[in-house]
Amino acid sequence: MNQMLLNALLLALRAIRRNLMRSFLTVLGIVIGVGAVITMVTLGNGATRMVSDQISSLGSNLLILRPGQQLGPGRESAGAANFRLADIEALQAQIPSLRAVAPVVGSRVTLVVGSQNWSSQVSGTSNAYFTAGNWKIAAGRNFDEDEETAGKAVCVIGDTVRKQLFGSGSPLGGELRVKNFTCVVVGLLAAKGQGAMGQDQDDVVLMPIRTVQRRLTGNQDVSTVMLSMRDGANTDQVMVQVRRLMRERRKLAENEEDNFNVMDTKQIAETLSGTIRTMTGLLGAVAAVSLLVGGIGIMNIMLVSVTERTREIGIRLAIGALEHEVLLQFLIEAVVLSALGGLIGIALAFVTCLGLTALMNMPFLFNPGINLLAFVFSAVIGIVFGYMPARRAASLDPIVALRYE
Amino acid sequence: MSRNDGGTRLISLRQVTKTYGEGTASFQALNGVDLDIGQGEFVAIMGPSGSGKSTALNILGCLDAPSSGHYLFRDIEVDALTRNQRALLRRHYLGFVFQGFNLLSRTSAQENVELPLLYRGEDAAHRHDASRRALAQVGLTGWEHHTPAELSGGQQQRVAIARAIVTQPLVLLADEPTGNLDSKRGHEIMELLVSLNRDQGITVIMVTHEPDMAAYASRVVRFADGNVDSDSMKVAA
Repeated sequence: MNQMLLNALLLALRAIRRNLMRSFLTVLGIVIGVGAVITMVTLGNGATRMVSDQISSLGSNLLILRPGQQLGPGRESAGAANFRLADIEALQAQIPSLRAVAPVVGSRVTLVVGSQNWSSQVSGTSNAYFTAGNWKIAAGRNFDEDEETAGKAVCVIGDTVRKQLFGSGSPLGGELRVKNFTCVVVGLLAAKGQGAMGQDQDDVVLMPIRTVQRRLTGNQDVSTVMLSMRDGANTDQVMVQVRRLMRERRKLAENEEDNFNVMDTKQIAETLSGTIRTMTGLLGAVAAVSLLVGGIGIMNIMLVSVTERTREIGIRLAIGALEHEVLLQFLIEAVVLSALGGLIGIALAFVTCLGLTALMNMPFLFNPGINLLAFVFSAVIGIVFGYMPARRAASLDPIVALRYE
Repeated sequence: MSRNDGGTRLISLRQVTKTYGEGTASFQALNGVDLDIGQGEFVAIMGPSGSGKSTALNILGCLDAPSSGHYLFRDIEVDALTRNQRALLRRHYLGFVFQGFNLLSRTSAQENVELPLLYRGEDAAHRHDASRRALAQVGLTGWEHHTPAELSGGQQQRVAIARAIVTQPLVLLADEPTGNLDSKRGHEIMELLVSLNRDQGITVIMVTHEPDMAAYASRVVRFADGNVDSDSMKVAA
């Protein structure tokens, strides 16, 4: 029995070798199908991991408070009043579960150092921002009390801004021209890399909020508040407390809707990850269809091969091949071809994923499960789609097959 | 009257018929053939097309089963065998040579000759030795790794003969083996068959329509209208 299998394998391999080009074209469908499925799933996994990594780099237990209603169809966010610095103090003072409350007001401006200029986001905030946003100071320091209360022209810059404006030299003590004033760089943020939406998180300049209000925006508004909760705090409870306090401070009547909204970043992360998972599933399913088409391609080629090789089958039968030996040979040919296609597909997917993840700054998570599944599936395709042509080859009448032109 | 002058009886057909198709469209290719062939004979089967000579060769070669009648091969009732049992009979006792050579394309001469040994489950070393020996016997030493496309017609037919004799069969069945060759190559092939018959005692049954090829045989059986018309032994020269 073993000898027979071995012989059938040898015969199948010889037949594949005789038609190398056709064999290659036959497996191309499987190669592409397997490659696509694995690539889609691997990239999807990488994207999910990247999003969750970045959300956690945003800061754990972070809530974001914005003016206007929750964005959604038919809802208007414009027209709602911004917050004041007094709101920040009230939140900090009255909700003990909050570890840090950072006001943020931003403006996109052009920065100039010497002959270099760079357009970036300038955010006015307080030292609480470093805690809430999970930022580390790589060099220099954060703001001192005097700078914060007086609104002095100092700033802490992100790594991208350093690269663009200061090159390889140290930015500390350097002077940055922002519109009509000059500010001194006192600190450099540790690099964070790409954000969840693909934005560059390090392309940022931080200043005391009073500086930005006075010199850039020209008003007392705070457009966003970042609230960092203490570890172990109940998110839902804190959100209710924040909402109640803000309704009170904004003097909203019972029947009025909120004119602000509180978002939980963890929830955003989950929503985003869920979306990516759905997309991964969808793309994987499309890729799986291509794998099926690849299988049908194998059947088609094997059927053509049976017709084309009718005389050969006749010779084998005349020489004394038994029906099940011809069946086995053709079946093994199909399985070897599709399994080979599966292996090439896996190698192709590996290289593609390596390249794409590097290109998109994504982690490359090798998923042994999907690789194994794709390989087994391709072998099964060989058996399923190889059986019919093999059956047909084996049942040929040797005399008719020999006479076939 | 059938004859049996070539030694021990190897093959005997009794009242063998073969009908193709059914009802009014049916065609009787053989009607009640009686034929005995002994071990070591060289038989040429001749006859006009449609006389049933090819059908007879297919039945003798166990490629086809008779519609009625009996076929005894070494006391084995071939007409009672299944398709696979007949395949085993071909594998162990018979070798085939065809008019169109019927070699596997893009496959070396040696691998072509090895093929029947593979189906017999012989190991690689034996396959290698036996196929080289068979190729040497037909005068193709040095051509082992050439594919059919690289060989002349005569050489291809020699490869086909090597493939037929590599299993050391009792009977070699040849269906117009010289039909695709010029007369010089044809005579060479015939001489090869004669030497195999003479030196190794392989029984040769050959269908041909060329009288000068049939002249190599020790016995000529003529078919007409689905039956044996004449059967003549040649006096040994």
